[in-house]
Amino acid sequence: MADIHEKEIDHISGVETTGHEWDGLKELNNPLPKWWLYLFYACIAWAVVYWVLYPSWPLVSSYTKGVLGASQRTEALQAFDEGVAGRSEFADKIVAASLEDIAQDPELLQFALANGQAAFGDNCAPCHGSGGTGAEGYPNLQDDTWLWGGTLDDIHTTLLYGIRSGNDDARIGEMPAFGRDELLTREEISQVANFVASRAGVEAEEGVDLAAGETIYVDNCAACHGDNLEGIQEVGAPSLMSANYLYGKSLDDIKAQIHGPRNGVMPAWVDRLDPATIKSLTVYVHSFGGGQ
Amino acid sequence: MVLPLLAPCMESKDWGAEMAQKKTNLVSLEEGGFALFLVLLAFACIIVAGKTFDQVMAFHAGIGALFAAVGVFLIFKNYFDDGGQVIPQEIDGKPNYNIGPVKFGAVAAMFWGVAGFTVGLIIALQLAFPALNFDLPWTNFGRLRPLHTSAVIFAFGGNVLLATSMYVVQRTSRVRMPGKILPWFVILGYNAFIVIAGTGYLLGATQSKEYAEPEWYADLWLTIVWVFYLLLFMGTLWKRKEPHIYVANWFYLAFIVTIAMLHITNNLTIPVSIYSTKSYIVWSGVQDAMVQWWYGHNAVGFFLTAGFLAIMYYFIPKRAERPVYSYRLSIVHFWALIFIYIWAGPHHLHYTALPQWASTLGATFSIILWMPSWGGMINGLMTLSGAWDKLRTDPVLRMMVVSVAFYGMSTFEGPLMSLRAVNSLSHYTDWTIGHVHSGALGWVGYISFGALYCLIPWLWNKKRLYSLKLVDWHFWLSTIGIVLYITSMWVSGIMQGLMWRAYDQLGFLEYSFVETVEAMHPFYIIRALGGALFLAGALIMAYNLWMTVRHGEAEEADTTAAGSLAPAE
Repeated sequence: MADIHEKEIDHISGVETTGHEWDGLKELNNPLPKWWLYLFYACIAWAVVYWVLYPSWPLVSSYTKGVLGASQRTEALQAFDEGVAGRSEFADKIVAASLEDIAQDPELLQFALANGQAAFGDNCAPCHGSGGTGAEGYPNLQDDTWLWGGTLDDIHTTLLYGIRSGNDDARIGEMPAFGRDELLTREEISQVANFVASRAGVEAEEGVDLAAGETIYVDNCAACHGDNLEGIQEVGAPSLMSANYLYGKSLDDIKAQIHGPRNGVMPAWVDRLDPATIKSLTVYVHSFGGGQ
Repeated sequence: MVLPLLAPCMESKDWGAEMAQKKTNLVSLEEGGFALFLVLLAFACIIVAGKTFDQVMAFHAGIGALFAAVGVFLIFKNYFDDGGQVIPQEIDGKPNYNIGPVKFGAVAAMFWGVAGFTVGLIIALQLAFPALNFDLPWTNFGRLRPLHTSAVIFAFGGNVLLATSMYVVQRTSRVRMPGKILPWFVILGYNAFIVIAGTGYLLGATQSKEYAEPEWYADLWLTIVWVFYLLLFMGTLWKRKEPHIYVANWFYLAFIVTIAMLHITNNLTIPVSIYSTKSYIVWSGVQDAMVQWWYGHNAVGFFLTAGFLAIMYYFIPKRAERPVYSYRLSIVHFWALIFIYIWAGPHHLHYTALPQWASTLGATFSIILWMPSWGGMINGLMTLSGAWDKLRTDPVLRMMVVSVAFYGMSTFEGPLMSLRAVNSLSHYTDWTIGHVHSGALGWVGYISFGALYCLIPWLWNKKRLYSLKLVDWHFWLSTIGIVLYITSMWVSGIMQGLMWRAYDQLGFLEYSFVETVEAMHPFYIIRALGGALFLAGALIMAYNLWMTVRHGEAEEADTTAAGSLAPAE
């Protein structure tokens, strides 16, 4: 029945069909388009040329190297070395110079700021923000409130070893968890929080015994935060009179921090970045405006 | 499915004869075999669910037991409903095509399509507005992204391929698919895989291989389903009443065989225990990367290209009512395509730990692949010669022709991007995303929509679609959507690549990563807008198809043997 079909001429195109038919579908017996065929050959020829020039085919325990001797690995290493060499003149000077000298020398400073900006964007910005403005829990680097000091040397030390980073030379200061570890009762926490709030210009609750709060402060907090709430940078204890509280400055925030403080971590960069980059970052961060 | 066949039986026979017939037919080997397999599977699932400490495994084993039990129930319900009678291969001298599973696949495709496009829109918005991750594990980008890719490729695309292949192979072989349970096992089993895979992503079960995320037990199940799919397809070809095998079926067969090979090789994993969702892949390091992208690229080549070329080779000539342009071209580009595609995978791994020779070889084969890919485009477009005027009046045909144009564009862009010099700019940027979507939305999406617009009226015996005007709306909305999507990703991707490689005069990087992210924000919004338009078009389509099935004008019974006599499923 439909098994044998006569070849027929398609009336619209004038081309012969193959004589097959499936479910009403037929095929014209057109030849391969010439341009298609020649482009196909050209692509194959191009590939063959490429195989001769570049590493391409696997052998038993090696591969065809190509007549150009091209090696992606060698090229990448060369480009890397060239990049390092291009910067080495200034980078060597940065390593040799003191931080103060870098900040004074316009040429070195320009290089340090460019290096610092590039390194800051990829390493620091995820926490501190692209402009160093910080976020809750991540200090603002533009203001003059410093937890561990804002001189060039302070910033350099913090960058090198980090804060609670696990590095042997890391800056370490741990505020006790007065509530979670049951060092103070809920009422005592409320009293001392209200005392701090009243001194720091935050609206305190009514009817709370502020005198009792002060006593608790002197007994538990003053050793680190100072008799006048001014903070002690050597142990990383922030000034409580500051306008900037790292974890928020409402009464609830203060209570939460006394109950179970979040002791944030900054990584040590000494093993991750080269000395010139860390020094450049120091100068760059110092230049934000808050440097001391 | 059952009632239409039973009704005439009831009229012609009294109850006694009906009962007598029931007694004469025992459960067939096929019914018994599948039932036994599913019973054993249900017990195995219950044991695993009971003994596991892994909550996701308990959930999935529970689903597996439920699905297996429902499967057993359906087999026996069907047996007792029709008395195990043998389904006639022909009715009145015409093949009694089995279209139940095709209908299911077509509906499932539309459902998963809308679901997959919606998730795509959500993750596009998440990239523009990260707050939409809602800080919940189940809704974060990392879990929704594979949900989107799997839903559109494997759930939507897979169901389109299953449904159309079952339809096309029967029609072009003039024979009913073999088996009574087999076709249903394939289509339902495949969709069970989709459910297991998708819920797994949301619950965090993944083997972290792109486009092959489902864990070992889902992979194993898919392997079983796929082998039965291969048997079903080959069985139909084996029984065929035509002397030659139609070109569409070559492509379907290449797709089925190669996907089996890719799926098994890339998913060779060793489970931590049979009670755990976690498994470890046997490949390691750069070999794993190589196998992964051999799989990944050929999933594009054989799932998204060969399979959908098969659809093109049936539905475009059918809709245009014209012969295929060149038989010779179809042969040459078929063999060239399948022989060359399989080499091109390493171009995904330029400038990585992969040896240079391997990535060069992959790139050169990608260039050679250009013309074999375009052979399909030429055959698709030139089939229209003598029928170009239909593009003005038939938006369905227009959709399929634009699809082929997108196919041509992305198969030119692909070889271009496979070149090392271009790739050094494009790799890891949004350009890749734009490239993928010109193929996915334009080519795969449009040829699938065109096929479904043709198929639904044929399957449900309707004279025509409910509304061609709505197809027009679908076409224009989604075309604008695709153009917005691709152009925004081109601009964003090339900008991103240029920003990454920009140095200042002192030799430092000009931009930090976060600055590139900031710069891409407006393009992410444009992309999401494009996605929203594409989704809107798909919703219009779903409505149009629904109305066609519910309220379309019925076709006279004699024009098609397939639909009017529904098989007894």
